[in-house]
Amino acid sequence: MSRVQAGVPGPLRDAVVWLNDPLNWTLPGGILDRFGEHLWISGAAVALGCLVAWPLGLWLGHTGRGGGVVVLVANLTRAIPTLALLTLFVASFTGIGSRPVILALAVFAVPPLLANAYVGLREIDPEVREAARGMGLSGWQVLRRVELPLAVPYLASGFRTAAVQVVATATLAVFVAGGGLGSIIAEGIGLGLDSHAGQVLAGGLLVAGLAMLVEGLLAVLERAVTPRPLRRTAARARRRHATRRAEDPSVGAPGVA
Amino acid sequence: MTGLVRPGWLAEPPNPWFSWDYVRDNTEILANALTEHLVLTGISVALAILIGIPLGVLAYQVRWLTGSILALTGLLYTVPSLALFALLAPFTGITRTTVLIGLVAYALLIIVRNTLTGLQQVPAEVREAAAGMGYSRPAMLARIEFPLAIPSIMTGLRIATVSTVALVTVGVAVGYGGLGQLILEGFRANEYRAQIATATILVVALALLLDLLLAGLGRLATPWAKGRSR
Repeated sequence: MSRVQAGVPGPLRDAVVWLNDPLNWTLPGGILDRFGEHLWISGAAVALGCLVAWPLGLWLGHTGRGGGVVVLVANLTRAIPTLALLTLFVASFTGIGSRPVILALAVFAVPPLLANAYVGLREIDPEVREAARGMGLSGWQVLRRVELPLAVPYLASGFRTAAVQVVATATLAVFVAGGGLGSIIAEGIGLGLDSHAGQVLAGGLLVAGLAMLVEGLLAVLERAVTPRPLRRTAARARRRHATRRAEDPSVGAPGVA
Repeated sequence: MTGLVRPGWLAEPPNPWFSWDYVRDNTEILANALTEHLVLTGISVALAILIGIPLGVLAYQVRWLTGSILALTGLLYTVPSLALFALLAPFTGITRTTVLIGLVAYALLIIVRNTLTGLQQVPAEVREAAAGMGYSRPAMLARIEFPLAIPSIMTGLRIATVSTVALVTVGVAVGYGGLGQLILEGFRANEYRAQIATATILVVALALLLDLLLAGLGRLATPWAKGRSR
């Protein structure tokens, strides 16, 4: 305690003390356990979301149909509270476990993945597509060899948005007994702020830190998978895309979890 | 329970997703939660507008602030809501203030960003023409740039309102979640489906209604855009 500077507000000092206790990390239900649960739930949900949204988004973008569907999906999911969807899923499938939670989180991963896959293919210069056709590539070959590589920056950007959102939303799993890092916060609040303010604050710091870490790591990944010649255009496209998103509520700016 | 045969009169009680009986018996509770939800949303969005629009204009006017304001809002937006409540609660307690600060923060981010975007999208020719006509900097902002940014600001307002309605539910963490309170209580009361579903429907309906209302207001605020496709 003495090494923590005087003048630091009480709860912050308590949070540092709580985080410095190795037992809080290693005990069953401790930080490491919760961290593992959190990563497993989020990872499975994002993977499931990709499995559904990417093929669908790429196909819709390739054929140029279904822009309305993409917009509708993006709109509807913003109006549904994450907590409500989690509760509804867990209440409709028997047994409380991680499976309904993963399903509910996957639903929230779909809109950004779907929208970016669709937009990524639609933003490709039609002349490029025509040139590929003129060279004798079949529809499938155009998709695989021309459109898909050009859409990679968008796919990566959608992946980042979806992953960050799922990691954030997974915090709420605690309300439906789904575990995760949110448990640390809920447990602290349940035990009373008078004695457990440090734990609550520490939980908040852990969750916020994880969300920012995921955001940062995926930003690096996004840059790494974007081919060098595409980087400048990708940045420009993202800016253009971002302004359009700001202007148009239909193509989903991600909600807060 | 294994080996015990459940007699017919002890059969699993029905747990329907919707029941008018529930709505009829709990009208008052539902109305109270809905009001609480609406009040929390209203106060948060109103405060967010009061702080957010001037902040957006400031970010536009003062060039060296633009980057830092955008970076700060982006960073704050990655913080999950429950984490934000957890960061606030030790200082502001288990109170409505905690929820309000969190809600205002998120709505603020969206409004600041859209105000800035709207102002930045004013075409350079328009600005030059106004300068040529002798508009001073403040007059140009008030009479030319700001009105042209209204569509973008209104969009931000709509997004902020819809997300706030959804976010209020997370307030259950500190006991002020409006309809979210009913959702979680329903879940804890042995998964009382009628209550969970009714509260959810009310949240979604409230979000859509407010969105529609603001969309109409936006059309009224920009009469010159009438008949022009967006």
